[in-house]
Amino acid sequence: MPDRPFELHDLRRILRESAGIDESADLGGETLDTEFDALGIDSVALMETASRISREHGVQLDDEELTTSTTARRLMEMVNERRR
Amino acid sequence: MSAAAPVVTGIGIAAPNGLGTARYWTATRAGESGIGPVTRFDAARYPSRLAGEVPGFDAADHLPTRLLPQTDHMTRLALVAAEEALADAAVDPAEPGEPGSGDLDDPGARGVVTASSAGGFEFGQRELEMLWSRGSEHVSAYQSFAWFYAVNTGQISIRHGLKGPGGVLVTDQAGGLDAIAEARRQLRRRSRLIVSGGVDGAICPWGWAAQLTGGRLCTGDDPATAYLPFDERAAGHVPAEGGAILVLEDAAAARSRAAPRVYGEIAGYAAGFDPRPGTGRGPTLRRVIESALRDAAMRPADIGAVFADAAAVPGLDGEETAAIAAVFGERAVPVTAPKTMLGRMYAGAAALDVATALLTIRDGIIPPTINVRPARRHPIDIVLGAPRPAPVRAAAVIARGHGGFNSVLVVRAAGTAPPGPGTEPARGTHHARQAV
Repeated sequence: MPDRPFELHDLRRILRESAGIDESADLGGETLDTEFDALGIDSVALMETASRISREHGVQLDDEELTTSTTARRLMEMVNERRR
Repeated sequence: MSAAAPVVTGIGIAAPNGLGTARYWTATRAGESGIGPVTRFDAARYPSRLAGEVPGFDAADHLPTRLLPQTDHMTRLALVAAEEALADAAVDPAEPGEPGSGDLDDPGARGVVTASSAGGFEFGQRELEMLWSRGSEHVSAYQSFAWFYAVNTGQISIRHGLKGPGGVLVTDQAGGLDAIAEARRQLRRRSRLIVSGGVDGAICPWGWAAQLTGGRLCTGDDPATAYLPFDERAAGHVPAEGGAILVLEDAAAARSRAAPRVYGEIAGYAAGFDPRPGTGRGPTLRRVIESALRDAAMRPADIGAVFADAAAVPGLDGEETAAIAAVFGERAVPVTAPKTMLGRMYAGAAALDVATALLTIRDGIIPPTINVRPARRHPIDIVLGAPRPAPVRAAAVIARGHGGFNSVLVVRAAGTAPPGPGTEPARGTHHARQAV
């Protein structure tokens, strides 16, 4: 497990694998604050994303943390907060 | 909602001898086989090593990347076929309230009913392997639905905004017909459009192991002698993937939105179940064919082609040809089994046969049964080797599912319903209707 903050490139890769988010869709800039719903990431995709984050970064988000992480920025913040 | 038979206004096909209706129909008319060695997994150590696989299918070419992590191979095929069928029907159900669409903007007016036999077996196998080898935290969240029988119905519904009735029929090979019949029921209630049919496939070690236990898979490595229904050499079938998705519409609804094409009507249907073995009672297939004809208010002589189930199990073949001969007369109707080019695709097979029957009606060409040298004991006229030109106004599709399911569906050219009891009279003949 990497001993470093959970970064945008980590989330990008995980979202590609877990939610099929196209690599060409630049997750950054404005989309960092776009609601997952609007990006086509539904609740199951978010569960799959959380499961991969847990496996790869050792951070297990509970249901409430997950349902409040409705954008990429908030999800990254949540993961990094839990890493501390 | 109108009492007239529902119509088929769109067809989408994924078959081992061609992806897409045009490619499939060109290949099928020419008698081109899609059966070959299994490529989806290493089948070398299994007794059965041939399959009908949809050629050159790269899901990423056809579907948004978002759908890839969450779909089994057969669901991807189903989504591509559904998209083709809806485009063919020139209807985008997700766009409500088109002028002239009638009640299409009513969310309850459009739905999906498909057939399934095993669900997403390949997906399920992969996740079970993860569970056993690495632990539950490695199992995909999508396993919650991707393996499931109803998954094609759900994914088609979500993708195209079909929010009305949703359902799935699981009756093995009979499912493709049973799903269309359920779609017809929904269209007789308040639905205007139902996407129906079936696409199936489980060409993976788990699916293979399950099918091998059924004892009906043929062995051998020669595609030309593997699946030989009605032949003395008949020794089981080749499994296949694929099927067809159809757009079914209420006839008046299709007329009011000026649907670009009507392939034909779902004229009649019946289903029956064989008695338990050992009871001494015979199979129900003959009665099911007769019931379907009665439901269509048609006589045996009205049927221009029969699409056989073609189990390639000698006893089952005998039952089927005896039933066909009993209803239609010996060698009185052309019988064909395009499955001999494809293999058996379980819940997808009969839906594809319905699509093929409609294309046969459209073009007046009955596609051939290939490779087969019919045994003399089968008193039927099989369309062998080459396509047979014939003006077909109506066709019957027979489908039999493992365990005793028998279903028969009759399709006919639109607007050719014969007069008689049970049929909807032509417009402007209200008096005749009252007389009945």
